Amino acid sequence: MTFVPLTESERTEMLGALGLSHVEDLFALIPAASRFPEIPIGPALTEMEAVGLVESLADRNRSVARAPFFLGAGAYRHFIPAAIGTVTSRSEFSTSYTPYQPEVSQGTLQSLFEFQSAICDITGMDVTNASVYDGATAVAEAALMAMRLTGRGRVVVAGSVHPHYREVLRTYTAPRGVDLYTTTVSAGSVLSEEDIAAAVDGNTACCIVSQPTFFGEIRDLRPIVEAAHAAGALVVEAYNPTSLGLLRPPGAWDVDIAVGEGQPLGIPLSFGGPYVGLMSCRESLVRQLPGRIAGAASDSQGRRGYVLTLQAREQHIRREKATSNICTSQGLIALTALLYLALLGPAGLRAVAESCCETARYAADQLGGIRGVEVVTPRPFFHEFAVRTPLPAAAVNRRLAEHDIIGGYDLGCAYSELRDCLLLCCTEMTTRGQIDLLAGAIAEIVKGAG
Amino acid sequence: MIEPDEIPSDRRYTPEHEWARREGDVVAVGITEYAQHELGDVVYPDLPEVGTHVVAMEEFGALESVKAASDIFAPVTGEVIERNEGLIEHPEWINDSPYDLGWIVRIRMDNPSEFDALLDAAAYRAHLDG
Amino acid sequence: MTEPLLRELSRPGRPTLAIGRPDVPATALDIPEALLRDNLPLPEVGELEVVRHFTRLSQLNFSIDTTFYPLGSCTMKYNPKVNDAMAALPGMRNIHPLQPEASVQGALQLIHELQDLLAKITGFDGVSLTPAAGAHGELAGMLMIRAAHEANGDGERRRRVIIPDSAHGTNPATAAMAGYQVSSVRSDARGNVDLAALRKLLDDDVAGLMITVPSTLGLFDEAMLEVSQLIHEAGGLVYGDGANLNALLGIVRPRELGLDLMHSNLHKTFTTPHGGGGPGASAICATEALVPFLPLPVAARRFDGSFYLDEDRPQSIGRLGSFQGHFGMLVRAYTYIRMVGADGLHEVSEAAVLNANYLRQRLSEAFNVAYDRACMHEVVLSGLRGNQVRTIDVAKRLLDYGVHPPTIYFPLVVPEALMIEPTETETKATLDAFVDAMLAIAEEAERDPELARSAPHTTPIGRLDETAAARNPVLHW
Repeated sequence: MTFVPLTESERTEMLGALGLSHVEDLFALIPAASRFPEIPIGPALTEMEAVGLVESLADRNRSVARAPFFLGAGAYRHFIPAAIGTVTSRSEFSTSYTPYQPEVSQGTLQSLFEFQSAICDITGMDVTNASVYDGATAVAEAALMAMRLTGRGRVVVAGSVHPHYREVLRTYTAPRGVDLYTTTVSAGSVLSEEDIAAAVDGNTACCIVSQPTFFGEIRDLRPIVEAAHAAGALVVEAYNPTSLGLLRPPGAWDVDIAVGEGQPLGIPLSFGGPYVGLMSCRESLVRQLPGRIAGAASDSQGRRGYVLTLQAREQHIRREKATSNICTSQGLIALTALLYLALLGPAGLRAVAESCCETARYAADQLGGIRGVEVVTPRPFFHEFAVRTPLPAAAVNRRLAEHDIIGGYDLGCAYSELRDCLLLCCTEMTTRGQIDLLAGAIAEIVKGAG
Repeated sequence: MIEPDEIPSDRRYTPEHEWARREGDVVAVGITEYAQHELGDVVYPDLPEVGTHVVAMEEFGALESVKAASDIFAPVTGEVIERNEGLIEHPEWINDSPYDLGWIVRIRMDNPSEFDALLDAAAYRAHLDG
Repeated sequence: MTEPLLRELSRPGRPTLAIGRPDVPATALDIPEALLRDNLPLPEVGELEVVRHFTRLSQLNFSIDTTFYPLGSCTMKYNPKVNDAMAALPGMRNIHPLQPEASVQGALQLIHELQDLLAKITGFDGVSLTPAAGAHGELAGMLMIRAAHEANGDGERRRRVIIPDSAHGTNPATAAMAGYQVSSVRSDARGNVDLAALRKLLDDDVAGLMITVPSTLGLFDEAMLEVSQLIHEAGGLVYGDGANLNALLGIVRPRELGLDLMHSNLHKTFTTPHGGGGPGASAICATEALVPFLPLPVAARRFDGSFYLDEDRPQSIGRLGSFQGHFGMLVRAYTYIRMVGADGLHEVSEAAVLNANYLRQRLSEAFNVAYDRACMHEVVLSGLRGNQVRTIDVAKRLLDYGVHPPTIYFPLVVPEALMIEPTETETKATLDAFVDAMLAIAEEAERDPELARSAPHTTPIGRLDETAAARNPVLHW
């Protein structure tokens, strides 16, 4: 199946118009020795055969839709209303491209404008772009943006920011010769972190904090924001959008750049992507904000419409002087997030956030009551918390798998001192029965181990 | 009032289409009618801070239109002592009045003799026609 | 008719989707007031209104599924619906990126096989599918070039990347992000890289060349092998921008053109939907010498046949994104490539190139063709002959004919450029109707140029004042 509709006679006719007899003649410039290679990728499949093949692969994956499942760590299982899929599968949205012709792209452009607006609503920030790839690249772009704005070369990142985000931050900033400082996370009876504010100095472009932290903790950000601003540094807050149903938003903390992973907003887990990076800032910083931005405009009859605007920041105009090389937004995924926020409204988002808190607290209470198991994330936490057990986390997860439970994130993967700690997550989808099953299994696993 | 096709003779020019008008040790700098026409409607001027030291024929700012951005080059070496704050609110002045309301910065020259090396109106006219 | 904003449809207290509460015992919220928000100003809109709002908005879009969309360099070909169905299978959609390996063997096998399929198609030795989009793939590639020179102890000296003047703006922006200075090399009268100009730029500070193959002019460089050779002789590496790979499937493996690295856009060549601008997905492909530098992770297979994500790659440039790339897009591209199969590859590119040349031939009647030679999968025109109306007006008038315009004013080196990429999935009847529309516009321009200058006349909204929008930005409701 190639989806090429030309008939043989049409092909002949078209070649004739070009004065050619063989289609191969169009490729005379290709070096002869390399022309028309054999490519051993197997025969063409019909749609029916392809479906059979891909379904057989899908069958070898365990869907976690209804499973006892406690993974979070940057991607979260939430309920996804059916109306989202109905709208996003409309191919007027899915099979259009970047809205270069606004007159026939108002659907995409107004959606992006509304997405930007909804993200401003939940974050309390002035301006939001039409999205970047994901939470990790949003953090990296924020650091580069802060370096451009301040002309400074040091970036302080909290060790309690998602470890993958910190890795991406390193990938992006390495060519700039940045002085990247990561605060230390210490394992005690509860997790603690080196003072972030103290690490900010006069050469610091920004400090990057996560709210909630990677370990789930919710903190008072005021001391960090005040200290950073006093040193002339910017503050980047990486937030979880679900938590903003309840928590004081980045704008109210007076941070300069707010970034987040939009996946919790109705986007399927899909083994890690595509997700959507949320990126907002103060109005005064917008000229250094990377990515597409939709803005309101009007036509000659005064009718309201939307365009991509402030494009002189971007690669197609500024080339090597652009704010970033990013060309696309995550269009369809941004639309998904917008639909989620539109369908839930303020009451729904708050209800999801509250449910997450309740299931997570119930789980923490159940697990904390097990002899030998300690909850090490300080309270209050949002919907994730770390527990220490007498066994290595990897071993606990293996044993949980035997109980058909998908356990938590093995913190030893990113923090060598936390090999005996699991990061667990509960959401509105997590049931009491699943939590009781987990608690029962962990009690059995750790019995006699410590 | 300066006519659109007029090249004022009270100032000098760069090949990159900036003008410089001398006021003692200071020059006022802007872009020419030709430059504003090529650039199209300016939507945002990216201006240097007062106190910035600029070097002759190196860029010191940029003018953004909807579909383009154009660097502005310093005609002379020196310190930016004033910038046209009005342009932030009224970028259209660069299009509507490039030689007057649309001035961009004032630079105190390190070496006033640099000014004399710039193109005069006739030479700039020849540059445009060339 | 303008569609209201959700904010305008909102009424305080309007019932929205019910969430309920979980079945765990109720507990009091233990979060101090100072950490909580005091209001949440999202719109309150009912489900039917939301669905209607977005359904109406969708109807304001042109899309592949509704209109011919010959947007040059974007490969707006048919996106098979089976791709979407496969990505939506519960076993693909409902799996967590950090799930235990044993519970995602099918997903890992799919990534591994797709890496292999793309390696075979492009001729490279190793592939990572983590880049989220073409520009992200480019960034990976330039960081790999940097890492390779650094590994040779040559990183400090090689600080410059050469890029043809016909290149997309992303190329220089990417080189700058990777910490490189950019030198632009001009194109010659036949649209090739000007070899004399290239030679002058070559020195021992050159890290490499970024070149789009075939070029953004829709042309195959007549001295491609020589260009690669010159860069290699100068100690540089050649990066291929694979945005235009749709011209070369089964025609030539790009690696054999002297490329050391290439990214391919799965959303162009391999039919994953463009989604109104994203998500894209990209593969970064490398020769054996550069494979160690590929971004993390790469899917790998053990001797026992099990699959895993290999993160133990000490020379890697590191992680590029939160997890392992746009998996949902990878499922789609995999499904498509399996359907095309070995024999279908060249059929795809042959039809894409035939269609573009057919349009070139027919449109040359009224339009200037930028380079008078056979093109690849797209043809670049240089405005309407006679110039009664400008390219922007031709584009806007096409909207009235129900066609999405080609890419315009790009490449920058072609005055009044119209870059037309028909793709292989269109019928001859569609191509002919497009030619008829273009010729009709040319004819109208003779008779009544104002018709095009004031176009479009039939769209929901007219030309928008982008200058006012940028001078006084309104970026949210």
